[in-house]
Amino acid sequence: MVDIIKRKKALSVSPLKASAPVGASLAFLGINNAIPMMHGSQGCTAFGKVFFVRHFREPIPLQTTAMDQVSSVMGADENIVEGLKTLCEKSKPNMIGLPSTGLSETQGADMKGAVKVFRDKYPEYSQVKVVPVNTPDFTGCLETGYAAAVLAMIKELVPAAEEGKSKTGQRRKQVNVLPSAMLTPGDVEIIKEMIESFGLRSVVLPDLSDSLDGHLTEDSFSPITIGGMAVNEFETMGESIATLTIGPSMYKIAELLHKRTGVPDYRFDHLMGLDNMDSFIQVLHEVSGQNVPETFERQRSQLQDAMLDTHFMLGQTRFAMAGDADLLKAFGDFVVSMGSEVVTAVVPSKGEAMKSIPAQDIKIGDLEDLEKLAGERRAEILIGSSHAVASAERLGIPIIRAGFPQYDLVGGFQRCWVGYRGSRQAVFEMANILLNNNQHEIEPYLSPLAQKPEYRDEVA
Amino acid sequence: MKAKDIAELLDEPACTHNKKSKSGCAKPKPGASAGGCAFDGAQIALLPIVDVAHIVHGPIACAGSSWDNRGTRSSGSTLYRIGMTTDLTEQDVVMGRGEKRLFHSIKQAIEEFNPPAVFIYNTCVPALVGDDIGAVCKAAEEKWGVPVVPIDAAGFYGTKNLGNRIAGESMVKYVIGSREPDPLPEHTKDLPYKIHDVNLVGEYNIAGEFWHVLPLLDELGIRVLCTLSGDARFREVQTMHRAEVNMMVCSKAMINVARKLNESYGIPWFEGSFYGITDTSKALRDFARLINDPDLSERTEALIAREEARIRNELVPWKGRLSGKRVLLYTGGVKSWSVISAMQDLGMVVVATGTSKSTEEDKERIRELMGKDTKMIEGGSPKELLAIVEEYKADILIAGGRSMYTALKARLPFLDINQEREFGYAGYQGMLELVRQLALTLESPVWEQAKRGSPWSSNTRRSKSKAQLASVAEAG
Repeated sequence: MVDIIKRKKALSVSPLKASAPVGASLAFLGINNAIPMMHGSQGCTAFGKVFFVRHFREPIPLQTTAMDQVSSVMGADENIVEGLKTLCEKSKPNMIGLPSTGLSETQGADMKGAVKVFRDKYPEYSQVKVVPVNTPDFTGCLETGYAAAVLAMIKELVPAAEEGKSKTGQRRKQVNVLPSAMLTPGDVEIIKEMIESFGLRSVVLPDLSDSLDGHLTEDSFSPITIGGMAVNEFETMGESIATLTIGPSMYKIAELLHKRTGVPDYRFDHLMGLDNMDSFIQVLHEVSGQNVPETFERQRSQLQDAMLDTHFMLGQTRFAMAGDADLLKAFGDFVVSMGSEVVTAVVPSKGEAMKSIPAQDIKIGDLEDLEKLAGERRAEILIGSSHAVASAERLGIPIIRAGFPQYDLVGGFQRCWVGYRGSRQAVFEMANILLNNNQHEIEPYLSPLAQKPEYRDEVA
Repeated sequence: MKAKDIAELLDEPACTHNKKSKSGCAKPKPGASAGGCAFDGAQIALLPIVDVAHIVHGPIACAGSSWDNRGTRSSGSTLYRIGMTTDLTEQDVVMGRGEKRLFHSIKQAIEEFNPPAVFIYNTCVPALVGDDIGAVCKAAEEKWGVPVVPIDAAGFYGTKNLGNRIAGESMVKYVIGSREPDPLPEHTKDLPYKIHDVNLVGEYNIAGEFWHVLPLLDELGIRVLCTLSGDARFREVQTMHRAEVNMMVCSKAMINVARKLNESYGIPWFEGSFYGITDTSKALRDFARLINDPDLSERTEALIAREEARIRNELVPWKGRLSGKRVLLYTGGVKSWSVISAMQDLGMVVVATGTSKSTEEDKERIRELMGKDTKMIEGGSPKELLAIVEEYKADILIAGGRSMYTALKARLPFLDINQEREFGYAGYQGMLELVRQLALTLESPVWEQAKRGSPWSSNTRRSKSKAQLASVAEAG
């Protein structure tokens, strides 16, 4: 059992945390023809928007209920009704996600009540789904907000099977996928391809690989998402043959979906490294009844070979990492399977995965904590977002960017870390970084006796 | 080079191979040879002289495949890492323009890099067509006033070992003795002890490992006039004739240098190694013994006592992790025994060792260290090696980089001990890096994962390959 070191200081310096409403918005961005509207002041949305625009390098549909001074004091439920109406009118979305914020939660907004008012007042928009979710900024982080939004969507939109009338398996080729916030659009894309190679189709909730994968469309601009899971798929999730959940932060959701529909539930902490990938492919093999395509056997043995080639560089390497708990669990397991050590692990906020991250202790804290601990414990390489780059520079160690946000890198959102192939690429990358960093070079010794005139200045 | 000269080099009186019927420097066997040629050996022996312009005279294959491919480190100039070759073309060969191109190449190197000396390595093609590189070097030296040293080591002359000797021979013939050593630095005048001058022959400063040893020599008041050739400067090589003692480090390769310096200048020499605690201490003692300064001996003993205690203390936590592990050592020459003592210092069991490049004397040493029944591996095809691994239940293969992938493909832990490696193992301090690397690979979780078959298939690839190995072992 790892030691959890709680936050002790008053000030958070170089924050690691991205807020829950941002995470909830991200989940909603994985639904097609959708738009999240944060219930809060304009700034809540503006900051979130910039955060995603810089990370994905894409226009991001994100709206706000634009609470002002009056509505903040007198009640802003009307802002929700008006905002929903305006969005329906102007953008014709299939779904509107409605994350709350610190402001609206503190004020005591009744989002459900407001949605009901909207329904009564504007029956013409009854086909537009609206999913409110409570994500106060002062609780959790990106990962938990994302999970909360997925949970809310399932509660709101997936019909519960009637007693004794489960429709499970009616769609014999369909599996549900619940990917955690740690997975990039690039990851999800590969996960879908793997599923497809077993003759299955996937319903991915949410499907960022279809909306934020960075692709050009015929239309020049869209005020709503241009891809993602179709809203009508919610209805069919209960008819799938299996649900594949990736990331501990999604396990509660998996449980709910299973209870609601009876669809068998398979869980994976992550899909990095041999162990988890083996289980994943094995499950696809069992669920589909299909033979495992040979390509996986080959990719698997390529990964094994790469692991042997790179263990010289990665063995006993001291990693420091900072990010949401699922991400640290994945990277932690992965580097430990290569013989490395996680000497520092910092999460911004509690997470389901936290207790099983393979580190001696887990610090709930900020990037200042990361920097301090990594320095004390002589970390040799860092894993973290673009915010951690400055820490890495001060520590004089290299960094691998992962998690949110990645604003000083193009294509971080599309980086694929999962699968046999992604894992192989990851070990190569890590090994190369360590190789080029000359971590174990022996310092030249300049003998004062040597007949090397060029020393004289230096020795004297 | 004339056949007579080659024969003379092969007939090395100081070499123990010579005592038996010409078993040493064995002829390579077509279809079943591994290892480099004479050019390879010559280049490897001298390339670590860091401030020299090393020009390979030949078509691209010789330099093209080998330049900047060594683990040797420099504390100063990095000229040695710049590959230079005449890159002969068909025109050059057919029209006999090789010599001219070489002459201009030397000019270009001198103008561009201003080196203290230029070394010219001859290779097969110009040797065959008859380029007189000696004459070109002489002419160039006269014209530009920079020493230009011919190293006539075409590949077909013989093995890598011969190439080492040719390199040594060239140093003795053209470089050593051409300058007197620098006066001792001012600060040494106040020292209560006398400074002694020595040379190290065959020490290549791989990964900078000699910097683990050099501070100890400094502390004892032993000035290294030159290491031939790790981190050496041309001007240091010039002064090698003034040493009081030569140490042949870990190799018989340039034994002719030690012998000739002994014959011409009366410099005594000994053979030693800096791998392992035992051997490092022994080397330091041998210096003191041959220099024959009682004060030095006394200080040497004190230093050894201090360093051994320190390092043994630091090794304690590692010993438990490594002791009892079974090692298959597959390296050439002197390393076959020098590394054994390092392994034994750690409580590891060396189950077999390669001796294809070892002399009778090396083998005798191995028997002393490991007992009479030691498995000595003469051949060394990957298949044979793996069969021995299986038979002797080795936990790890320690060998040169070329064998690395043989080991990895067989899912066998591996440690690179040859010159391409990236870690320094010499001296007391090097032992710490050695144990770290040994533990790193032995304890790595990747082996179990690499052996595991996929869950969806009753994958028997691994067990099959084991069976194959067993059958090879039986056949062998």
